[in-house]
Amino acid sequence: MICVDPRYTQSAAKAHIYAPLRSGTDIAFLGGMIKYILDNNLYENEYVLNYTNASFLVNPALKLPGDNNGVFSGLEGGKYDKSTWSYQTGGGGVIRKDPTLKDPHCVFQLLKKQYSRYNLDIVSRITGTPKEKLVEVYKEYAKTGVPGKSGNILYAMGWTQHTVGVQNIRAMCIVQLLLGNMGIAGGGVQALRGESNVQGSTDHGLLYHIWPGYLGTPAASMPTLKAYNEKRTPTTKEKNSLNWWKNFPKYSASFLRSMYGMNATLDEAYNLLPKVDDGENYSWLVLFDRMYKNQFTGFFAWGMNPAASGAHSNKVRQALAKLDWMVNVNLFDNETGSFWRGPGMDPAKVKTEVFMLPCAASLEKEGSISNSGRWMQWRYKAVNPPGEAQADAEIISELFYKVKDLYEKEGGPLKEAVTKLTWNYGPKDLSGRVKTIDPNYIAKEINGYFLADKKIENPTKKGEFKEFKKGDLVPSFAWLQDDGSTSSGCWIYCNSYTDAGNMAARRGTKDRSGIGLYSEWAWSWPVNRRIIYNGASVDLKGIPWDKKRPVIIWDGAKWTGDVPDGAGDPGSGRPPFIMKPDGVASIYGPGLADGPFPEHYEPLECPVEKNLLSPQKVNPIIRRFDKPGVGTELDVIASCDPRFPFICSTYRVSEHWQTGVLTRWLPWLVEMQPSMFVEIGSDLAKEKGIKNGEIVTVKSARGEVEAVAIITPRLKPFNIDGNLIHMVGVPWHFGWATTATRKYNKNDKKPEIFTFGDSANLLTPSAGDPNTHIPESKAFMVNVVKKGVK
Amino acid sequence: MPEKIKLYDDSKCTACRGCQLACKQWNGLKAKQTVNSGSYQNPPGLQPNTYMLIRFQDVADDKGAVKWLFRKEACMHCTEAACVMACPTGALYYNNDFKIVGLNREKCIGCKNCVASCPFEVPKYDHETDKVYKCDMCESRIMNGLEPACVKACPTGALKWGDKADMMKIAAARVKELGESASVYGDKFVGGTHLMYVLQEKPSVYAELKQDPHVPYSVLAWKSWLKPLSLLAAGGVIGGSFLHYIIHGPKTPDEDDNQVNKAEGGK
Repeated sequence: MICVDPRYTQSAAKAHIYAPLRSGTDIAFLGGMIKYILDNNLYENEYVLNYTNASFLVNPALKLPGDNNGVFSGLEGGKYDKSTWSYQTGGGGVIRKDPTLKDPHCVFQLLKKQYSRYNLDIVSRITGTPKEKLVEVYKEYAKTGVPGKSGNILYAMGWTQHTVGVQNIRAMCIVQLLLGNMGIAGGGVQALRGESNVQGSTDHGLLYHIWPGYLGTPAASMPTLKAYNEKRTPTTKEKNSLNWWKNFPKYSASFLRSMYGMNATLDEAYNLLPKVDDGENYSWLVLFDRMYKNQFTGFFAWGMNPAASGAHSNKVRQALAKLDWMVNVNLFDNETGSFWRGPGMDPAKVKTEVFMLPCAASLEKEGSISNSGRWMQWRYKAVNPPGEAQADAEIISELFYKVKDLYEKEGGPLKEAVTKLTWNYGPKDLSGRVKTIDPNYIAKEINGYFLADKKIENPTKKGEFKEFKKGDLVPSFAWLQDDGSTSSGCWIYCNSYTDAGNMAARRGTKDRSGIGLYSEWAWSWPVNRRIIYNGASVDLKGIPWDKKRPVIIWDGAKWTGDVPDGAGDPGSGRPPFIMKPDGVASIYGPGLADGPFPEHYEPLECPVEKNLLSPQKVNPIIRRFDKPGVGTELDVIASCDPRFPFICSTYRVSEHWQTGVLTRWLPWLVEMQPSMFVEIGSDLAKEKGIKNGEIVTVKSARGEVEAVAIITPRLKPFNIDGNLIHMVGVPWHFGWATTATRKYNKNDKKPEIFTFGDSANLLTPSAGDPNTHIPESKAFMVNVVKKGVK
Repeated sequence: MPEKIKLYDDSKCTACRGCQLACKQWNGLKAKQTVNSGSYQNPPGLQPNTYMLIRFQDVADDKGAVKWLFRKEACMHCTEAACVMACPTGALYYNNDFKIVGLNREKCIGCKNCVASCPFEVPKYDHETDKVYKCDMCESRIMNGLEPACVKACPTGALKWGDKADMMKIAAARVKELGESASVYGDKFVGGTHLMYVLQEKPSVYAELKQDPHVPYSVLAWKSWLKPLSLLAAGGVIGGSFLHYIIHGPKTPDEDDNQVNKAEGGK
C-alpha cells in the first residue's frame, strides 16, 4: 500500500510507502511515473497495442506543450480549437495506425515525447517529493505491469478539486492502461465519493450537462429530436468496433417516454424539455456568480448547505442575500437556511424570504443508493421521520401537484412541460393523484416498461423473436426501442427491476466467481456486470491475462464468470472498450477541453513564480472570475503574494460528514472532533511562535476563519526548487450554526455539544477545472496568525 | 467455558474511532463538551463517561521520519486485578465464565480504592453519582454470546474477541510478521490481561503506557491478611477506609478532581 499525500495521514500511518507531494502537483508526479514506465519498458505491450489507442496516428500539425510554450496547439482566446488534435484517417475514414508503435505521430511516440520532459530532477523540484521516494513509488507500482499482477488507485477530492482535476485522473488512467490494469480483477481507477449516493445522483442526471444515463443535455442549436440524436450519437469507421453509443436514439426516446409517457409524441416531449444555450455553463461557480449578480429570483437548497460547502462561502452567503426567496430542505436548520443572521449579516437588510422544509433522513425512507462500484442497493425504512418531516419524494410530489394546478388554472409559457408529465409514483386516489409515494414505482419507471404490445428480435440471437405486452418491464437495455414503444428513466439501470423483482434488494451472499464479485448481492449497472470493461481481462485469443483470477472465461461456446463486457468471441478482433467509438481505451484523449495529454500547470493560487516545465504557469483555459468583467469584486486571487505565504488544502476527518449538517448534531461525534482546526508543521509553528492548542486565524485573500492549532511533525515543509515551502490544512465540516457563541432565539434548537469555528470554505477560491468546473479547494494560499494579530 | 480475551493490533488500527463511539452507544454514555486542545484525541483521557478511547501520538525520530501511533486505552481486565483485590464491597469482581473484571455499580460505595490501586489508572470516579466507572468488557453482551461492542464496530480487524489460546497464536504470528520492534503486551504481568495488545513499536515508545504494571504492595498486603479480617468485622467498610488511608493518605478536598482528566492528550 502506497500513500501519496501532502500530509502524513491516518492512511499514511498504515501504508508501506508514504510519499509527500506539494498539493496541486499530481500531474508532475504521475508524468514522472509514465516516463519511468516507458523508459524502463515496464508496460504491457500486448495490452497497450491492442486495447488502447497507442498505435493511432495523430495529425502531424499537433504541437505538444514542450514545443509550444507550454500549451497544446490551437489555443485561441482562452479556448482550444481542437482541429490539430485529430487522428489521421485513410481510405473510408478509418483511423491510420502503426502497429510497430514507431511512427513519430503515433500516440505512443507522442506520449513518450510529452513525458520525456518529466525527468526525476524536475519532478522532484516541482512536487517537493525526494527523488529516491519518487523512484521507490514508481518502481513498486510499475511491478503491476505484468500479467497476473494488478494495481489499483483510490482517489477522492484530493485529485478532483483542482484546476487540473480531470487531467489528474487522466494521468492515472494512462498509468493504468500502460500497466494493463483496467478491466482486470483488482484493477481500475476508483473514485471514492464524498457522499454515499454521489454515483446515483450522477447516473440519474443531477448535473446540468447530462440527462439520466449520461445522455448529453440538448442545446438550443438542436431544435428537433432528430437533430439532437444526430449530434449526440457517435459514429465510427473502425470495422471491429461495436460503438455501443450508436444506440443513443433508443435511450433518448425511452427517457422522453419515461417523462411524458403517451401524453406527448417523442418530438413534442423533446420540445418540452429545457435546452441549454450553446456554450453556456450552469455549474456551481457560475450559478452562484449569477446569483450574486441578481440574476436569480428563487433557489432551492435541497439537502445541501452551500453557505458552508461552496467554495468562497463569503460570496455564496452574499449571493443568497440577493434572492427574493429560498427554500431550504434539510434535516436541521443550517448556515444556509439561516444565512441572513450569520456572521457579518444584518437581518434588517436582507430581503430574502426563507422557507424551511424538514425532510426525512436516509433511515426514515425507503429507496436505493448507488455506490462507486455502481451497485444499486435497496434500503428499507427503519423508523418514521419525526414531526412534519417527509421523504424528499413526498415533498417533490406535493410541490408538483401545486405547480401543476397553478399552470392549469393560470397558464404560462410551455405549461405542458409540467402538466403533461407522467406521475405514476404510487397508488392513486379517486382523482388520479398519488396518495403516498412508493419508491418501487419509481424504481420500475427507471427500469422501463413496454408501452405497447411488441414483437422484437432478440438483440443477441438473430432469428429469435420475443413478444412483449404493454406494461411489461423491459428485461434489459438491449431491448429498448427508438420508436417510442419503450420507456426507461435511465437506460443504464434497465434490468434492475424485472419480472424477477427488485434486483437491488437482493441479498445473496454466494460468490460463484471465486474472485469476490458477489454478483447476487444487490445489482450493479450495467446488467449486473461487476467489473466494467472486463473484455480487457483476456488476451486476443480470449485467454485471461491472470489465470489465477480470471474475470471471464470462454467455455468453448460462451463466456462464463462475470457478465462479459465488450468481449466478442475469442479471435473476433473486437476491441473491448465498447463505450468508446473506436473500441479502445484512450491514452490520447482529444475529447477534453484542456488537452489530449495531461500537462502540469500550477494551481491558480500557488507559492511559485514559475512553472518549471514551461512558460505557461496555470491551466490556460480556466474561467478566471478574478478577471475584469467576468466575476465580481469578491473574486480575488493572491498567488505568490507575501501576505499569503502558505499552501492550504481542505479535507475531512472520520468523525464528520460533509459540512457537518448531520454530524455536528451528534454529541458523540462532536465530543471527538469538536472544533475547526488547522494542522501546522512543527517547523512553521516554531517560526510563527504558535503553540499547540492555541486559537489562531487562518486568512486567505477571500476570508478568514478561527481554528485551533494542531502542531505536528506530520506536516513538513516542501523543498520546492531549493525553497522551503510550508503547507497547512483545514477540515471543512464546521460552521457557525452549532457554535456556543452565536445567538440562539427562543425556538432555535441548541446542540447538546457545541462546535467551534466556521467553514473552511470561507478561504477557498472561486476557480475551477475547465471540464467539470469543480472548485480548486485542494490548493490555495493562506496565512496563519496568532489571534488578534493583524 | 474457555477463557476469552480481546486482542488489539495497533498496526491494523486506523483510528477511525468507531470503537470509541460504539462503546458510548452500548453503555449509554452521554457525551460531554470537549475542546480541541491541539490533538485529534478527545476526550483527552478516560473519564466516567468514557470507558475507552483511541490515543493519538506523533513520533518523530531525529532524522525527521514520522510515525502516527494509535492505541486503544481501556480496562486491561487483569487476571490478578488490583481493583478486585482492593474493592471492599465486591462491586468489582471476576466474571466466572470469562475471567474479565465486571463492575456492579449498585454495590459501589465510591471509596475509590480501585482508582488508587489500578496499575493502569483505569477506573474513574464521578462526583455526581459517587460511583466508579470503567469498561466491563460489555459483560451484558459477552454473556449472551456477542462480542464486545468495540470489536463489533471495528472495520479493519484491529480488534478481535476470542478464546485466549487462539488469540495468543494470532498475536504471536502477527508479531513475527511485523518484525523485531513488535511485541505482545499484556501476557507478562498481573497474571495476564484480558485486553492484550500487539504493538508494532517497543512498549516504551507509547505515551502513557505502563512499562512495568503490577499490583501495589499495599493492596497485596491488604488482600492477604487485612481484608479477610476486616470483612469479618464490619462488612468491609471500616477496612476499606483503612486501605484508603494506606494508599491515599488523608483525604484532601481537591484529590478527586485530579483523578478526572489528568491524562494529557497526545497528538
